[in-house]
Amino acid sequence: MSILIDKNTKVIVQGLTGNTGSFHTNQALEYYGTKMVAGTHPKKAGQKWVADNGTELPIFATAGEAAEATGANASVIYVPPAGAAAAIEEAIDAEIPLIVCITEGVPVLDMVRVKAKLEKSKSRLIGPNCPGLLTPEECKIGIMPGKIFQKGSVGVVSRSGTLTYEAVYQTSQAGLGQTSAVGIGGDPVKGTEFIDVLEMYLADEETKSIIMIGEIGGTAEEEAAQFLIDEAKKGRKKPMVGFIAGRTAPKGRTMGHAGAIVSGGQGDAESKIAAMEEAGIRVSPSPARLGTTMVEVLKG
Amino acid sequence: MNIHEYQAKAVLKSFGAPVAEGVPVLSLDDVQKAVDTLPGPLWVVKSQIHAGGRGKGKFVEAEAGEKGGVRLAFSKEEVLEHAKAMLGHHLVTAQTSAEGKQVNRLYIEDGADIDRELYLSLLVDRATGRPAFVASTEGGMDIEEVAHETPEKILTLPIDPTTGVTDADAAKLCDALKLEGDARTDGMKLFPILYKAFTEKDMSMLEINPLIVMENGHLRVLDAKVSFDGNALFRHPDIVELRDTTEEDEKEIEASEWDLAYIALDGTIGCMVNGAGLAMATMDIIKLYGEEPANFCDVGGGANKEKVAAAFKIIMKDPNVKGILVNIFGGIMKCDVIAEGVIAAVKETNLAVPLVVRLEGTNVEMGKKIIAESGLNVIPADDLDDAAQKIVNAVKGA
Repeated sequence: MSILIDKNTKVIVQGLTGNTGSFHTNQALEYYGTKMVAGTHPKKAGQKWVADNGTELPIFATAGEAAEATGANASVIYVPPAGAAAAIEEAIDAEIPLIVCITEGVPVLDMVRVKAKLEKSKSRLIGPNCPGLLTPEECKIGIMPGKIFQKGSVGVVSRSGTLTYEAVYQTSQAGLGQTSAVGIGGDPVKGTEFIDVLEMYLADEETKSIIMIGEIGGTAEEEAAQFLIDEAKKGRKKPMVGFIAGRTAPKGRTMGHAGAIVSGGQGDAESKIAAMEEAGIRVSPSPARLGTTMVEVLKG
Repeated sequence: MNIHEYQAKAVLKSFGAPVAEGVPVLSLDDVQKAVDTLPGPLWVVKSQIHAGGRGKGKFVEAEAGEKGGVRLAFSKEEVLEHAKAMLGHHLVTAQTSAEGKQVNRLYIEDGADIDRELYLSLLVDRATGRPAFVASTEGGMDIEEVAHETPEKILTLPIDPTTGVTDADAAKLCDALKLEGDARTDGMKLFPILYKAFTEKDMSMLEINPLIVMENGHLRVLDAKVSFDGNALFRHPDIVELRDTTEEDEKEIEASEWDLAYIALDGTIGCMVNGAGLAMATMDIIKLYGEEPANFCDVGGGANKEKVAAAFKIIMKDPNVKGILVNIFGGIMKCDVIAEGVIAAVKETNLAVPLVVRLEGTNVEMGKKIIAESGLNVIPADDLDDAAQKIVNAVKGA
């Protein structure tokens, strides 16, 4: 099993006809034939988009029309920041179950509006400002490099794109492989938090262990740690390795990701590491030893 | 993006918030005219720099005197004396470096008789994903200290974005701030005004510390600190106009022109990385092996050869840099593109410090080949651990 996406997931692309959308849709089609089924563009409805491998995808005016015509159950958004929130709202209105927004730089108050709408909807949003998610040999949504993945038993969840790649690459090198990898994104207000994904990994039988990668800013890691402590009391527990980026980051500065900032006495790396260790997570001090640390943890 | 106190007050005033009369001045020549427009008998002369703790700060130069960066004046002559002492001199506060920040602007304000000092701010609460007020009766103090010592004195109130500030919300804030009479009437009006300013102008933080109850019973915004969401500036050209680049690091300004996320730090190892998380982790691993990073630099997901070269040159402008670590895990980013950019920049800058390059991901073999065949003195690394050890050893050996 895997979480959120598998070989049956049908994906539409909002922003397919742009450079980024085209590039990554080609990559997704090449990755074990991920079922990319349509694209949207308000002015190009009725046209076709042709992939490098010859696959033709129909273009619809809206996400609603695209989903209805194709039976898609997921949408990936490559729309520029100024229009990204509206694109998410369009997908929510279309009741698409899984919406993945890759776009970086969405104004935070736009996301406040989206989040309020999301709470009353049937959709789950991953991101924005995220690399997407991938289930090895089945489905790739977003921009993660498919080559570094290997089918296996580790569930990966991360706030950082490139650190997700590190965790995936290292667990592949260690021969463990992954069930799925989910990048939840680096923005302060986002659709899916650690707790949501951890719940899914705890419930998934094939996921035998979990790597969780956080970073400075906010209290999502502390909340996730408390969730894990509560679940462990109910007998739900899996071996976990963690990492927190930003131990050396100066206070009060935004470190690239809009959400990566230590402010108001909250969000520093040390308190996150302490909370995660208390929840039984082996926190690696080095981002280069996520795979080897997991091997050690599994040996017991 | 941060702005000065006087600019923040002008923005709040345009929404109808009660602020004192005041005039910003950029030179001594303007001081007299400014004072004449204010009634007195009490004036406040305030240093305008992008850092907090100005009142308790101290000037580097002896001629600036012992007093801090915010001074009271009881006569027009005294205003001029304070202005002379402060303008052009360097103010050191708890939030600046030891060198301090040069005071290039002053704000001369009408004084107020203070009965009580309160704390009020607005920010986006990440846990609820909503804008939230933070209110406390302990104004004029470091709110982090209050949060630590007496958390019961702080109210955090998230606002439902679909309704805005309701009367019930405003009443809760009045209660938390113990506002009565005229001050309560003022408060019921002020909270929705601040929320409107916050949301309409895409602020990321609005801090009023202190908000005061004056002896006449009314509320006034005595200090204001506002920062804006950089991602929303595209729809606020009026706010972009307020940017004061003299308050920013020169290298950081140049980096922002190239759309690079760059932050200058105090260490010796320059870093160029793709992805914010990996860039932070690269700084962390340098520290883990006993050295300090000279900067944070995320070249982003879609960098081209020119952008990589620009990043490299900005990093090299820092005289403290004794070595450079390039760490790229290419997802969108292609390793051969990075390699070409690095080679071009090394040639152009006549690089004289050790350079370690770690490449992984898309087109990694091509990238490694380009570096190996360049004939330049570049130390290749296989993984992040290897890369960090190599650059630390190279810098320590130098």
